[in-house]
Amino acid sequence: MKLILENISRSFPGRKVFSNISAVVEKGEILVITGPNGSGKTTLIRIIGSLLPPTSGKVVFNNEDKQFSGSDILRYVGIVAPDLFLYDELTANENIRFFARVSGISRGNFDGELAKFGLQGRGDDMVQSYSSGMKQRLKYILALMKQPPLLLLDEPTSNLDEQGKAVIEDVIKKHVGITVIATNEDSEINYGSRKITLGL
Amino acid sequence: MAAEKSRLGYKALAVFVKDIKSEIRTRYAIGSIIMFAAVTVIAVGFATGGVGLDRDLQGIVLWLVIYFASVAGLGQSFIKEEENRTALALRIYARSSSVFGGKYLFNLMLLTALVIVIIPLYIVLVGLEIDCYALFISVVILSIIGLAGSTTIIAAIISKASIKGVLFAVLSFPLILPLLLMAIKGTQKSLLTGAAITDGLPELKVLLSYAVVMSVAGFMLFDYVWND
Amino acid sequence: MFGKIGLLLLFAWVIIGAWMFEPPMSGVSNPEVYRIFYFHVPVALVTFMAYCLAMYHGLLYLRNRRLFDDKKSSTAALLGTIFCVLATVSGSIFARQTWGMYWNWDPRQTSIVVLLLTYLAYFSLRSAIADPLKKANLSAVYSILGFIAAVFTIFIWPRIAPGLHPGAPGDSTSGSFIVMSTKTWLVFGPSLLAFAGLYYWLYSLSLKISGLEEENLHV
Repeated sequence: MKLILENISRSFPGRKVFSNISAVVEKGEILVITGPNGSGKTTLIRIIGSLLPPTSGKVVFNNEDKQFSGSDILRYVGIVAPDLFLYDELTANENIRFFARVSGISRGNFDGELAKFGLQGRGDDMVQSYSSGMKQRLKYILALMKQPPLLLLDEPTSNLDEQGKAVIEDVIKKHVGITVIATNEDSEINYGSRKITLGL
Repeated sequence: MAAEKSRLGYKALAVFVKDIKSEIRTRYAIGSIIMFAAVTVIAVGFATGGVGLDRDLQGIVLWLVIYFASVAGLGQSFIKEEENRTALALRIYARSSSVFGGKYLFNLMLLTALVIVIIPLYIVLVGLEIDCYALFISVVILSIIGLAGSTTIIAAIISKASIKGVLFAVLSFPLILPLLLMAIKGTQKSLLTGAAITDGLPELKVLLSYAVVMSVAGFMLFDYVWND
Repeated sequence: MFGKIGLLLLFAWVIIGAWMFEPPMSGVSNPEVYRIFYFHVPVALVTFMAYCLAMYHGLLYLRNRRLFDDKKSSTAALLGTIFCVLATVSGSIFARQTWGMYWNWDPRQTSIVVLLLTYLAYFSLRSAIADPLKKANLSAVYSILGFIAAVFTIFIWPRIAPGLHPGAPGDSTSGSFIVMSTKTWLVFGPSLLAFAGLYYWLYSLSLKISGLEEENLHV
């Protein structure tokens, strides 16, 4: 399992966000992307996850060129990001069951996951009533459901308390596969064996 | 292969069911469609008084009401995803074909609800006298399938544009016109005394081919629209 | 250079031929007005071909994602719209002379208007999107959908519904179709070539100009 970023650049007419980003990440390794606000961390994560095309360059995962391959994403990526929104008008369990069904997972019971992320007993509450920290934990449950080989975490511990942060640290350390983290938190920057700094 | 296909249907159904649950709790779409259509029919009935509408006009007005009600409400399933920003999650976890399938079914359901409410109301208030029910019902069924096909893909397109309002009507009209023309003609034929389903065969054939072609085209093009 | 001279000569021939030879239709009350056939029909055909060109480049864009294909698509559509307006206007002039009114909702008249509406909808969509990649993507998809619907409106509807246009079912002048003799082809053929040539010349010119504009932006 290998993630290769080959000369990735992204620009809009009149503005260059970043260019010549290259990296090779092996299984079990963690890539950390840091940089000031607006330097393009979220954009780069999205490109890695095939949600956005790079202006030039290639993302290669497991020897397949992942250049913007549409519906292929869901097979190998789990994402947690601040701009990921869940269905407020559905309960947590309904959200989980929906995303599970639609991803092809037939399991119906996620009580174990709810407990692990500290949401036990709150499964039948509307996501609308959740705090932002709880929503963050719910996003993790969804991202890990498919046991994705590539885990993309944009600001992994935003809105989380100490306990939540500990759970996430554990998740990251135990993840079997490749993890990419975009963050500015010093503690998280040190997780990574490889680092990309944007905005220089 | 069969297992793959049934899973697609299963996933599309999941999207459909999710949309229904959302709809029940928020009432975005169904309200606007049915209210719009009901008010229009009542207005028409009121305006034509006890005289009723000329028979040829009845067919035309009916389909105009259905068309405008569609424009009012069928965009909702996609617009809601964009406005609530849940589109990203849907894009990540669901295949585009499941999303299209689910939204298609949802729009089909809205249209079915629409015609079930509107047509009896229309019959009563505007004095519609159907001679050949078989023809009339076939025209309606094939037309709403065709409408579902074209409006679903158009709704997806406008949900990605910035100024939504009138755009749905502007984009959908040239695409839906052939369907409207056939539906109107077919309906008019079913109102004539002594009508039989065979009279409307050319219209039904065209409606069927439109429904099939548009639904398939929508399905195939959807991936490009959805995945930006 | 020679191409433009050739085009000029073609047009000269068409104009002379359209008036010199007998009108293409006989046995009707006002045969002279049918001369418009040599202008109206080729223009209408070219506008439809223009739409096909726009759609073709839309398809190419979806496949290759080169923005220049989108430029070709929108240029083809813009010129197509102009030709469409010309076809509609020339058609309604004919309608006024032959059937008394500028507009009759005859199926073929309806189909040219629907084509015009499709063109306009295409541009409305483009103006509602800011990002050039999204614009190219969505308008390509719409052009394909529009093409499918146009096939229904332009080819199927006029065959089914009764209409006034020569050749429609229930046409009042049926029996006296436009006779496509060698003489009519002598003028019609070149006319088609001339208008297609005119379109193509304008199209390539537009593309060249936009190409130069692009370069200026980058310099």
